[in-house]
Amino acid sequence: MKKHTLAVLVENRPGVLTHISGLISRRAFNIESIAAGYTEEADTTRITIIVEADVIELEQVVNQLSKLIDVIKIIDLTGTDLIHRELALIKVKASSETRPDIVDVVHIFRARIVDVNPETMVIELSGEERKIDALCQMLNNHGIIEIVRTGKIALSRGPVPAKDC
Amino acid sequence: MIMAGAEAIIESLKKEDVEVVFGYPGGAVLTLYDALYKANYNHVLTKHEQGAVHAADGYARATGKVGVCIVTSGPGATNLVTGIATAYMDSIPLVAITGQVAVSLIGRDSFQEADICGITTPVTKHNYLVKKVEELPRIMKEAFYIARTGRPGPVVIDIAKDVFAATLDYQYPETVRLRGYHPLFEGEPKAINQVIEEMKVAKKPLIFIGGGVNLADSAQVLRDLVNHTGFPVITTLMGLGSLPSDHPLNFGMVGMHGTYAANMATTECDLLLGIGVRFDDRVTGLINDFVSKAKVVHFDIDPAEINKNVLAEIRVVGDLRWSLPSLHQSTVSAKFDWKGQVELWVEKILKWQKEKPMTYEQNSEEIMPQSVILKVNELTKGEAIIVTDVGQHQMWIAQYFSFKEPRSLLTSGGLGTMGYGLPAALGAQTGCPHKNVFLFVGDGGIMMNCQELATAANYNLPVKILIFNNQVLGMVAQWQRMFYGGRYSHSRLKGHTDFVKLAEAMGVTGMRISKPSELEEILKAVIAVPGPVVVDIPIPETENVLPMVPPGARLDQMVMGGG
Ligand SMILES: Cc1ncc(C[n+]2csc(CCOP(=O)(O)OP(=O)(O)O)c2C)c(N)n1
Repeated sequence: MKKHTLAVLVENRPGVLTHISGLISRRAFNIESIAAGYTEEADTTRITIIVEADVIELEQVVNQLSKLIDVIKIIDLTGTDLIHRELALIKVKASSETRPDIVDVVHIFRARIVDVNPETMVIELSGEERKIDALCQMLNNHGIIEIVRTGKIALSRGPVPAKDC
Repeated sequence: MIMAGAEAIIESLKKEDVEVVFGYPGGAVLTLYDALYKANYNHVLTKHEQGAVHAADGYARATGKVGVCIVTSGPGATNLVTGIATAYMDSIPLVAITGQVAVSLIGRDSFQEADICGITTPVTKHNYLVKKVEELPRIMKEAFYIARTGRPGPVVIDIAKDVFAATLDYQYPETVRLRGYHPLFEGEPKAINQVIEEMKVAKKPLIFIGGGVNLADSAQVLRDLVNHTGFPVITTLMGLGSLPSDHPLNFGMVGMHGTYAANMATTECDLLLGIGVRFDDRVTGLINDFVSKAKVVHFDIDPAEINKNVLAEIRVVGDLRWSLPSLHQSTVSAKFDWKGQVELWVEKILKWQKEKPMTYEQNSEEIMPQSVILKVNELTKGEAIIVTDVGQHQMWIAQYFSFKEPRSLLTSGGLGTMGYGLPAALGAQTGCPHKNVFLFVGDGGIMMNCQELATAANYNLPVKILIFNNQVLGMVAQWQRMFYGGRYSHSRLKGHTDFVKLAEAMGVTGMRISKPSELEEILKAVIAVPGPVVVDIPIPETENVLPMVPPGARLDQMVMGGG
């Protein structure tokens, strides 16, 4: 089964996310990540959905989502030249002994330290999923206290916006 | 024009040609009910909100218009859920208006607050929570448009209590502007050509019609298509009525309780033209072996139906009001000997039909349910609206009643909702006051909404209610007999209810047919009564609905029965 990246443009109205998440769970779609946010148009929200599906299942996901009245357009970005990003905040145990080690790792990954206190550090990293996974793995030895990830967002390269695809 | 929200709703209902609403008042909708009162709007008060929503559904199915119901917040709204889900599964256009607590109280577990939008999201085509009175005209317009167009379905409008009293400058929009909703009418003409090519090479084509044909009011063009091509036809439960049951090319219902001929034809066909069907599991039997020898063509208005359950080689997505006439036209202009091509195939199906027709064991002591259906059919000449509840009687109706017209069978097909029948029959009668409406219902199902007998009496809705009294939850008992070693776990009703008295207590005429010899005479008397009648009809306890494709079996592995 293949991973697909869908850009879903929806009306920026209350209830939209309930409609979408409800549909995904009751149709038992295999969604790996879902991330929503405002766009260049005030009345439109863009949701990036990563779904694992074969061709038939993907068609069902797209067709069922399209049926929602609030869904304006769905664009399958898979196969186009894409920029994928995810943002992660990672809180890791950091004593005075381990701190230099962690700072090294942070530098190698071009991540940022956004908070430090005597026992912990918070690291911010934006990048592709694999990169975040790799950083988490490196920090695991030090003891990760908590992780929060935004889920993937994606944008095509080139001048044409998804809504005009 | 300046007016209150409640008045704006009534103005909007008028604009949408809503001639009657079904409902039940309560705290959150008092202001709306006051406006209904002042406008003297046509309103049917049921005895339970579930009755109101099923009645609106029955009204919609019988008339083809949007059914409307109005109820209060909290328990009033939650009482609609079964009815909304019933309508959703069968694609019935409804607008359900529910009151909600005042805007300032939303989200605080206030008295009689329920998140009805959250609850109904999986079973509505769309829903709205209205918190600002200015939004009312647009939302009313959109709700009716969404309910009625494309693949129809129920829409909920949840309106905060203070919105009814707030004033606005009312203007009903002429058009809707919905960026995410563009119901498709016309599809790809190319697809029709592909279908024609497949039809030309098929040796055993089969037309398979579903509820979509009824919903799209496309029975006539379907009949033209069938008459022109001579292609044999099978139907789903929801497709009954589109083609007269006694049409020589109509081989009846397919599926779990389908006819032998329909199930064999489906197994053997090499081209299946599915029209307005959704390949429900009750139809397909073991899905992996369904039409394993055939190419499948799927006509539907909803792209999401394509490849959902059964993979289609060719899809014709669009309104049947477009695709069926195009297909018919193309079969005519193809100048092809369609009938010659299917002669042998039709003969083969006819042979199946002759070999194993629908039969049942006659019995002079007991009243056989099938014989009641055949007698009603005879006495009404098939010109009646038949409403059923859910269970054995529903399947016997599908098998034995000879339908003539579209929209003449109202039944909960997708959800299989017991308790649907009585209120739906009242709604149908409200919408079609000059038609004969017959309800067939079990002694189990009648009790699920028997309070609506009082509604029948109050509004003198002359529905004829035939209770098939087998003293059991018949369909459950049948499964227990066939698949659970005859252990009748909680399916025996041990009924002490006297349905004649129950009817009379609620102001409805009650009658009873005790033996087969009385059947015709009493049924005639029933039909002659100008008001509603309940007829208690004792039938044998252990009669099975047959044929039956056991769950998990292939369509040709039917258990047969009959005399
Ligand atoms: C609301 C609801 N509850 C339960 C069922 C399960 N069910 C399907 S058929 C049936 C028996 C119906 O018995 P009855 O109304 O006496 O009709 P019969 O089958 O005897 O004709 C039951 C319980 C259902 N379909 N709907």
